[in-house]
Amino acid sequence: MRVFIRRLKDKNRLSFVSLWILVFLYCLALLADFIVPYPYDLQHREYALCPPVLPHIFHNGRISRPFVYGIEIVNPAFKEYRQDTGKIYPLKFFVKGSERKILGIIKTDRYLFGTGNGKVFLFGTDNHGRDVFSRVLYGARISLSIGVIGVAISFILGLFIGGISGYFGGKVDAFLMRLVEIIMMFPFFYLMLALRAIFPANLSSVQVYLLIVVILSLIGWASLARIIRGMVLSIKEEEYVMAARALGLSSFRIITRHILPNTFSYTITALTLSIPDYILGESALSLLGLGIQEPYPSWGNMLSVAVGNLRVLTGAPWMLIPGFFIFLTVITFNFLGDGLRDVMDPKNW
Amino acid sequence: MECLWKLENVSKKYDVKKGDEVLALNSVSFEILKGETFGVIGESGSGKTTLGKVMIGLIEPTEGKIYFRDTSLTDLRGKKLLNLRKEFQIVFQDPYRSLNPKMRVKDTVMEGIRDNTGMKEKREKVKELLGMVGIEPARMYDYPHQFSGGERQRIAIARALSTSPSFIVCDEPTSNLDLSVQAKILNLFLELKERLNLTYLFISHNIKVVDFIADRVAVMYKGRIVEYGEKVDIIKNPLHPYTSVLILSAFLRKADINEKEKSAGKGCAFYPLCIYAKTLCSEHIPQLKEIDKGHFVACFKRT
Repeated sequence: MRVFIRRLKDKNRLSFVSLWILVFLYCLALLADFIVPYPYDLQHREYALCPPVLPHIFHNGRISRPFVYGIEIVNPAFKEYRQDTGKIYPLKFFVKGSERKILGIIKTDRYLFGTGNGKVFLFGTDNHGRDVFSRVLYGARISLSIGVIGVAISFILGLFIGGISGYFGGKVDAFLMRLVEIIMMFPFFYLMLALRAIFPANLSSVQVYLLIVVILSLIGWASLARIIRGMVLSIKEEEYVMAARALGLSSFRIITRHILPNTFSYTITALTLSIPDYILGESALSLLGLGIQEPYPSWGNMLSVAVGNLRVLTGAPWMLIPGFFIFLTVITFNFLGDGLRDVMDPKNW
Repeated sequence: MECLWKLENVSKKYDVKKGDEVLALNSVSFEILKGETFGVIGESGSGKTTLGKVMIGLIEPTEGKIYFRDTSLTDLRGKKLLNLRKEFQIVFQDPYRSLNPKMRVKDTVMEGIRDNTGMKEKREKVKELLGMVGIEPARMYDYPHQFSGGERQRIAIARALSTSPSFIVCDEPTSNLDLSVQAKILNLFLELKERLNLTYLFISHNIKVVDFIADRVAVMYKGRIVEYGEKVDIIKNPLHPYTSVLILSAFLRKADINEKEKSAGKGCAFYPLCIYAKTLCSEHIPQLKEIDKGHFVACFKRT
């Protein structure tokens, strides 16, 4: 693994950086319980649509320990706020608060940072006065995991079905490829909606989450299976596959050890490139209100609230921050995919 | 001597288009004796590779019977066929395509070893096999691209030996290698044959290679065997016209340009390429003489 990362660093600096950005994002998501100052559903009613409140280190021209200014409500009806430079709340690290569980396992009553009586909204608040920063971190759990799990399922399906189809050919191939074509025939978006509509509407968040993963993977495997099949068709004529057959190896072993590994330079790239599709797919479902439901955040449904409210676009652009995170994740996965393709090929070492 | 293989009227048909078909093998029949090297020569497209692949079960024949030690291969299915497959292996022509680029040499060679032994014993066996073919066992963790063509071919041979076969199809195993490496690989084949009691089917388009390695030779042309027999008989006394042409073309001496220039004007112009050339030919120019009535030739052999 270490060798792997070093190669990535030498071959493709951009994708190396992307890898660390992704690691950082995943750490944020995992440790959200510890990092965020507020629970994702805590509403600060009086501070709805409050712009970002950032920590300062200069006060009256002198360096001091980090602090935030108080928030002065100028006009509650029009949600106008102003920094109240008279009130100073020092930013405290490892503050004590009500007890939470990190990932539902480790109990903690200390968080990374807090301000005591003051409010710290790094990314501002949404229209219910909930801290956008906290919600972005909790939302990352959905958005970042849905891609990985969805891709894992659809890749296992795609490799398996594509491999069988290409290797055995004949009737098996004809049947599987017609199945693939049927799935690919439907427009992605409407198929997603149709599948979602089949299932009952009143599901818990966890159920909806699993449902979305399943729906996206069931759609996603088809195009991969078809490409894998094509590659298998050409690879199975290679002499090393002939040699493996002559050794008397089972078809399963030939497919998994000799054929599929030689599609990896393509599949690894396709894998990382399609993770964004799942993140966006979840966002699209959530945007239409069919995905993760409030109050539980995902980047998709946070964006959906933002886009659904015209005032947000003009007056509270910080609510679009989840969109930036989607962008960041998508683009880093793309760069990572590029780098992995280079690294996966022994010839490039 | 014991008969190892027996082929009876084996044919392989390929459908090219609807109704159009190509006979890659056209009722081929012959026997291979245990312990011999059976050479097959022919031009490309003559069906010699198809023959090798049909024999070891990589391609199903359309017609005919194949017997290996009196067991009919064409009637065998499933597990029994897989078990019998250990007995015969193949070494391919292109060592750049015949090794899986994503697998370490160790794994490539280890795959054929299927005694129910542990990892450690298998690794020892791999080392032994690599040593046998002249590859440093310490390099077993390398990937194929780290080896030269000749070394790759040695690894392919080690893989073929991994199932402890008694018969190996050598499908032009030297034609993609440098001349100096070719000789080494051919010697390796001979050495292994002695050591492990192997029988070879040696396919080649190069009659010199076959002349070097084979005991008996079959000549193929367009899917048929046109002549076969003891090597000495075939090469010294070819009976089929195609064999004659093949042998003549192969034994035409290839001379470098220097030699050509030297000989020009001094001796016979055809001397550098002639298979019947003698010292006389390089020194004197043969004059046209009438052999039959109205039939002239300028060659010392005829006059």
